Amino acid sequence: MLYISTKYQIIRKDFPFYLGKTAHGGLWVQIKNLPGHLPKESPSHVQEIMKWNGWGYSDSRFLFNKKGQAEFTGKRYRLSGMIIPGLKDWFECTFGASLQHKTPPLLNSSAVQPPTLNEAFVEELKSTGIPFSQDAEDRVFRAHGHCLHEIFALREGKFGRVPDMVVWPNCHNDVVKIVELASKHNVCLIPYGGGTSVSSALECPPEETRSIVSLDTSQMNRILWVDEKNLTAHVEAGIVGQDLERLLNESGYCTGHEPDSMEFSSLGGWVATRASGMKKNIYGNIEDLVVHIKMVTPQGVIEKSCQGPRMSTGPDIHHFIMGSEGTLGVVTEVTMKIRPMPEYQKYGSVVFPNFEQGVACLREVARQRCAPASIRLMDNEQFKFGHALKPQVSSIFTSFLDGLKKFYITKFKGFDPNRLCVATLLFEGDREKVLQHEKQVYDIAAKFGGLAAGEDNGQRGYMLTFVIAYLRDLGMDYYVIGESFETSVPWDRVLDICRNVKARIVRECKERGVQFPPLSTCRVTQTYDAGACVYFYFAFNYRGLSDPVQCQNLHAAREEILANGGSLSHHHGVGKLRKEWMRETVSNVGMGMLKSVKDYVDPNNIFGNRNLL
Amino acid sequence: MASKAVYSRDPMLKKRDDFEDILEERRNSSDLRYALRCYAPVVYKGLCPSKAGTLKSMVLQSDQLHYVIHQVCRETGRAVDDVQEEVSSILEEMAHRLQLSTVRFFAFTLSKVFKTLFRSICVNEEGIQRLQQAIQEHPVVLLPSHRSYMDFLLMSYLLYTYDLALPVIAAGMDFMGMKFVGEMLRMSGAFFIRRSFGGDKLYWAVFSEYVKTMLKNGFAPVEFFLEGTRSRTSKSLTPKLGLLNIVMDPFFKGEVFDVSLVPVSISYERILEESLYARELLGVPKPKESTSGLIKARKVLSEDYGSIHVYFGQPVSVRSLAEGRVNRCQFNLIPRHIPKKPSEDIHSFVNDSAYRLVRAQEENMVLKPWVLLASLLLQNQVSGQKRGIALDELTEQAVWLRDLSRQYGAFLHWPEHTPPSEVVSSSLSLHRGLVRISEGRVQLALGQTGGPAAPGEPRSAVTPEEELLSQAVIILSCASYRNQALHVFLRPALLASAIHTASSNKKQEVFNSFSFLRNMFSNEFILCPGATVQDFEEACYLLVKTGALQVTQQDVLVTERGHRTLVFLTSMLDPFLQGYQVVCRFLCEEATEALTEKQFIPAVRKFIIKHLLAGRLRYTEVLSSDLQKNSLAALLRLGAVRKIKGAEQGTLKVNTVMVNSLEDTLGGKLPTQKAVIARL
Repeated sequence: MLYISTKYQIIRKDFPFYLGKTAHGGLWVQIKNLPGHLPKESPSHVQEIMKWNGWGYSDSRFLFNKKGQAEFTGKRYRLSGMIIPGLKDWFECTFGASLQHKTPPLLNSSAVQPPTLNEAFVEELKSTGIPFSQDAEDRVFRAHGHCLHEIFALREGKFGRVPDMVVWPNCHNDVVKIVELASKHNVCLIPYGGGTSVSSALECPPEETRSIVSLDTSQMNRILWVDEKNLTAHVEAGIVGQDLERLLNESGYCTGHEPDSMEFSSLGGWVATRASGMKKNIYGNIEDLVVHIKMVTPQGVIEKSCQGPRMSTGPDIHHFIMGSEGTLGVVTEVTMKIRPMPEYQKYGSVVFPNFEQGVACLREVARQRCAPASIRLMDNEQFKFGHALKPQVSSIFTSFLDGLKKFYITKFKGFDPNRLCVATLLFEGDREKVLQHEKQVYDIAAKFGGLAAGEDNGQRGYMLTFVIAYLRDLGMDYYVIGESFETSVPWDRVLDICRNVKARIVRECKERGVQFPPLSTCRVTQTYDAGACVYFYFAFNYRGLSDPVQCQNLHAAREEILANGGSLSHHHGVGKLRKEWMRETVSNVGMGMLKSVKDYVDPNNIFGNRNLL
Repeated sequence: MASKAVYSRDPMLKKRDDFEDILEERRNSSDLRYALRCYAPVVYKGLCPSKAGTLKSMVLQSDQLHYVIHQVCRETGRAVDDVQEEVSSILEEMAHRLQLSTVRFFAFTLSKVFKTLFRSICVNEEGIQRLQQAIQEHPVVLLPSHRSYMDFLLMSYLLYTYDLALPVIAAGMDFMGMKFVGEMLRMSGAFFIRRSFGGDKLYWAVFSEYVKTMLKNGFAPVEFFLEGTRSRTSKSLTPKLGLLNIVMDPFFKGEVFDVSLVPVSISYERILEESLYARELLGVPKPKESTSGLIKARKVLSEDYGSIHVYFGQPVSVRSLAEGRVNRCQFNLIPRHIPKKPSEDIHSFVNDSAYRLVRAQEENMVLKPWVLLASLLLQNQVSGQKRGIALDELTEQAVWLRDLSRQYGAFLHWPEHTPPSEVVSSSLSLHRGLVRISEGRVQLALGQTGGPAAPGEPRSAVTPEEELLSQAVIILSCASYRNQALHVFLRPALLASAIHTASSNKKQEVFNSFSFLRNMFSNEFILCPGATVQDFEEACYLLVKTGALQVTQQDVLVTERGHRTLVFLTSMLDPFLQGYQVVCRFLCEEATEALTEKQFIPAVRKFIIKHLLAGRLRYTEVLSSDLQKNSLAALLRLGAVRKIKGAEQGTLKVNTVMVNSLEDTLGGKLPTQKAVIARL
């Protein structure tokens, strides 16, 4: 799930774990012992440091303080403890929202239905010694991902079907035992990793009558070995992105796989959903990164016999596993490629006079295959949004500089502030090569009217992707709801799909009686040889609507994407939210192929989350 | 939403806007100042500002044109430069050179001309407001009805008047013949297309890319005539799909979010080309458009042409129309710049949409009382009353017809506070060339040879054939006014005729007969494809509502008081029935093996003249070549006549048995054939 998108890399690399530079330059600080990873001895109480009805850590949230200024609480992020003066105006102007009208969440986590237990299963499970829980909070916490409708329902205190119990296997063998028992007693298993799904994949099928057991992989979070000769690491699938990176970093390595959700999402989840990382241009997406996968299914364990870097042995069985979304089994261990940590990192940004020029530039960069580790293009609305999130500047000099920059771009260069857009860049590698690479990219950008706009803007752009998930919670306090979704599309369609999907959202909102025009914005987040990944956000003020979530138009927006040649999903997966389009996406025969695999591997539908098919 | 606005169940419920006269202001203020005033129209929000010149280079550099150029080179072995040169010259010949100064010139001169010719030019200003809104939101396509050369100058004049973006207009190449005028039109926004370029891939590519480029970039509203050419009969012509296909394409391919189609109904109280059209239909060849001809037409300036009503209809969103009908994913797997024949579903969608749009034009056409009078006088003339009809009787009938047509949803402009007799006499006086009033009785002005239509012709010895033709000029002119109201009465009239020809009162049988007639006449009138049941229900609904009919589960019964209505309705359709029958008879009796398509019209005309002079036909109207062409088209469509591609031109091969039986079915001598029936 990408939409929270912590560029907490910014935070982590530059801030808590390393010597880093503060926002205002010059001052070097070191903060130790910072957050992230959960105390192992209390597996069942993640919710003590995580919100149960919103995004991320409990101590980190946006709020409007007594002076009506926005601030971000906590100490975890670079933005933490800062005042964001522009946010209130932006918020009120963009959504027509008012700080007077609050919709705080209702807090009645007691309305959870009592668990339906399979006594025989519970008895045998007890004898294995694997920890489990039937506690209501534990169950509710694992009954949802982070779709808008899921969070909205939680805030309203509405719980649908939730898992009946949670188990915490500690290793591969524990999983084998649990799957055997589940098969034996006909219990439904739903694997749970980081819980960051945005495809309704974690929702329990309401029609499921069997006992539902949430299989939480969070305790399987060890790196089992690192092979420096082959540059691979063998890792348990429950490890969370930030822990994996941190532990590898300690010995000078990294995987380079950085989905925006990496603070919370797990390796197993990445494999099960075909995840994509921000720096895929250097390191590749998950399918390029895995060398070996071990998965436990009701038919037994599936894995390859060797770690050859490429094989011609029929259809790649990894591709049955990747993207199976928990319908076939549980991924327990993965061998992944690792790389030495890059010597040098540099952010950058380019301002374009308009979105069209920006896309043309990204296309040219892709054509020349010289994309930096990450290159993203935000449209004008997102640029303004990013601007609104600028923290308070302390020195007059900085604000003077800002004004000067603005003057140069809008007046001297003639850019229309309502049309210009920004690309953010991240370069990685040897210092020399990075600088060379940087020049190449800026030279291309210049051909499309792009002006280099500094490292700071680039960094803030990446920060935006991570705060946006926290911001959604703030919006929900004030009648504003929002959602995000993504697609991949051929290059020649990029501009058309961006325009049409944004326009469709505006139109649908209008038709459904939304009073104020919605925020409808997009960015191009990944480039490929033959196309790009596009990410859309929309949000609107729902005061006066009886059923706001019904009005969220996700369905219409997806139809528009498909009609414009976009894919059903680039990396979020299908889950239950998008499965109605699977047949037309993969054809009848394709559907039959997938079904027959499911029928063989899991004839009794033990992995019964009903995703995908 | 918008799609629903195109078709509404009860025509009575139609809400229409009020009109404002724009000439009023012109009569009270300076034309020069008006022509030179500041003009700053609102534009499309996604407009990429570009000049006419950059437009050409955008077209020349487009992927689609590149592709086709290289394709042509591969196929013909020509050099790329050579083909590219041809493309440039096609574009040169086609492109408009819209410039404001020319528009200002027209604004000035047309103000003068309009004030002389017309009493008023009335426009629905709410429609203008809707259009203004639409222009900002999406690319706009203007679809005016086409009755006169005046149409597109008038459109541009109006848009200038209301400070709206000036359109670029697809015009037929024949204007190019008029050297100076052609260039003037070009500079006022017209672009020229050849009348036929069937197989010319290159031409088509240039043309479609040119139109699409203008549309997509929001350069200007694109204007064209769905009917393809001016209707000489005042009946709407069945729509041509080429340009509609082109302007919808960018939506199908996702290149624009939506396209707004704005049907515009232009109704003339008196058509400038009135008798010209009649002569053309009778086979007196139309004068080739030439500048000198236009100057001769100056004599029209001395006449009174009444008023013009222009109704800007509800913008129709292509997106709403296409919802649930077109799967746009079909363009996902082939690069969009590679030209592809439209798929079956797209073709039928475009066709249906075209019909609905022409219907929308029809529905907002303003009808003047004269239209009703013309219908009545024509029927009266045929019923053989040599002395005409008494003025007060005509008034009574007109009032009856006024009420009937209103119940059928006609957009009738009948002065509310004037006594009916005055309405009638002022209408008659405006059209005094067509009617004669003597001793309180009114009839068509058939006696005078020539009439005001052709005063310059020598009055030498008159043969019976010449006399017939000169009468026909009056009758066809009159019929063209009656035709303006045809769309109002069409569906009930088809039902009335079906009841008349059906062998029993059984509903199913009446429906079969209705469906046969509807099918037969679908080249003649605007009948939306596939809407037979809907049309039947609408007709029943209207006749039942007005008390003319009782429809039970099984039967369809004409009521006592419905008799008058049904007689009127059947008489309205009769000339067409007879026309189709006589064409059938001609084909059976006189069509030889070697009859070519080109010879068809003269031969059938000769045949009809012979029969008319012998008194075997009631309706002089059947001399209309439009009707003859339409009936041939219907027979070709039904497979009763086949076109065999000869060396030069198509030869017509007649299936005598089938044509014969169609003729008999039209005449009610044969029950409706099972083969052509849909189930009710």
